[in-house]
Amino acid sequence: MRYLGATAAAGVALSACTNQLDEAVPTGSARAGYRTVDLGDLGSNDVGILNYAYALEQLEAAFYMQAVMTPYSGMTEMEKTILTDIRDHEIIHRELFKAALSSAAIPGLTPDFTSINFSSRASVLGAAALFEKVGVSAYNGAGQFIKNVDYLLLAGKIVSVEARHAAIINALLYPDGANFAGDDVIFPASGLEEIRVPGEVLTLVAPYVYETINAMPVRRTA
Amino acid sequence: MNLQNILNEIEQVDADMYDRLDHVSRRHVFSNFLKKAMAGAAPVAFAAILNKSYAQNSSVADVLNFALLLEYLEAEFYNKGLAAPGLIPAGVGRTVYTQIAKHENAHVALLQSALGGAAIAKPAFDLTYKGAFADVLTNYQTYLAVSQALEDTGVRAYKGQAGALISAPAVLTVALQIHSVEARHAARVRMLRGQKGYIVNADSGGVPAAVYAGEDNVTQGGVNLVTATGMSAARVTEAFDEPLTKAQVLAIATPFLA
Repeated sequence: MRYLGATAAAGVALSACTNQLDEAVPTGSARAGYRTVDLGDLGSNDVGILNYAYALEQLEAAFYMQAVMTPYSGMTEMEKTILTDIRDHEIIHRELFKAALSSAAIPGLTPDFTSINFSSRASVLGAAALFEKVGVSAYNGAGQFIKNVDYLLLAGKIVSVEARHAAIINALLYPDGANFAGDDVIFPASGLEEIRVPGEVLTLVAPYVYETINAMPVRRTA
Repeated sequence: MNLQNILNEIEQVDADMYDRLDHVSRRHVFSNFLKKAMAGAAPVAFAAILNKSYAQNSSVADVLNFALLLEYLEAEFYNKGLAAPGLIPAGVGRTVYTQIAKHENAHVALLQSALGGAAIAKPAFDLTYKGAFADVLTNYQTYLAVSQALEDTGVRAYKGQAGALISAPAVLTVALQIHSVEARHAARVRMLRGQKGYIVNADSGGVPAAVYAGEDNVTQGGVNLVTATGMSAARVTEAFDEPLTKAQVLAIATPFLA
C-alpha cells in the first residue's frame, strides 16, 4: 500500500457512535469459473471505498475501449472523438486507483457486455448514459463514507468529470433536449442530483461483471 | 451582505457536530434524509436538519453562505438572460438555459431554507463584470462565455469546500449533489460554444484565466499520470477537475458585485 499506508493508520476517531445505513448488499457466489471479489466494509476504511471506485472505473474503461474498438455503424467523427476522450479519462481514473491502492487493489474484473449491441448507436450510447449516471450517483453517495480529506477531494475531482460525461452522452442522444441534466436524475424541486449507496450500485452493475462483487453493509463509525 | 464573514477562512468543523443533533440518532437522520431526498422533498428535509444544528456552526454556515452567494449570482445571470429580449435563441439554447435556470433557482431556495436567518441577503450584481462583458445581455456569444465561466467556477468552488464538510456528511452529500449538477451544466454550455465538455489543460476559452488556474495539474494522489499511463498531459488534465479556494473564487466573483 504505497500511497495508502499513512491513511489507513491515521483513521479519524471521533466518537464511539456507529451509524449503519439500511441497504441491500449483493451477496452470493460468482458465476461458474469466476471469483467473488470482496470489498469488505466500505464504511470502515477508505481502502474499501477506493476499491469500489476502482471497480466502477474498470467497468467504464472496458466499456469505452470496446465501443471505440468496434465502432457502431454511422459513428460520426465528433462521436468518435468524444468516446475516445472519455475512454482515455476512464483509463486514467482506473490506473490512478490501481496505483494508489497498490497491493490492496482488488483484481482486474472481467466485464460482461453481452447485453450491449456494440454495432448499435442506441445500445452503446444508452449503456454509456447508464454507466455515467450510475457512476455519478455512486460517487455522490460514497463521499459521506470517505475519511481522508485527500481522498474526498480526489473523488470530487473525478465525479464532476463523470457528470460532464453524463451530460455529453445525453446531449448526443438528445441534442435538443434538457436530458443533459434531466428531471429523471436531477430532482426538479431541489436541483439535487440523485445519489446511490453502494448496495444499489453493486446491484445495478452486477449484470455487467462476471465476478460477483460483495460488500458488507456500509457502516460509518464516527 | 457580510462579505467579511464570507472572506473569513474556513475553520475546522467541530468534531462534536453530531452532538448538536440532540435527541436524534445519526442513523435516523440519515435514512430519513435520504428517503426524502429521493422523494424530491430535499429542501424540507435539509432545512429540518440544518436549522437546528449546522446553521449554528459558523464553519458550515460559512460554506453554505459562500455557496449561496454563487447560486444567487448564477440564478440572477440566468433569470436576466432568459428575460432579455432576443438574447437566447429559441430551440436548444432556450431549452438548456431554462433547465439550468430551474436548477440554480432551486439551489438558492434550498440553501436559503437551510440557513434560515443566517442566510446572506441577495447582493446587487453587475453582470457586465465592471464593463469587461459589456454586451453580456445582448450578445449570445458573450453570454455563453460568461455562462461557461460561472459553471466551471461553480464546479471548482464546491469541490474546494468538500474537505470543510467532511465532518458533516449530510451537508457534504447535498453539496456533492449540487456539485455534479453544476458540472453537467458546464459541459452542456461548453458544447453550445463548440468547446469540449471538459476542461483541457488550463485553457480559458476566452474567459478570465483565473477561472482555470491550476487545471493543468497532471499529478493526482502522488501519481504523475502522464508517466503512469502514457497519455498526453492534455488528456490527463481533462480527466480531473481541480478545486479553487474560497479566496480564488471570491477574486473571480467580486467584479460581479455591483
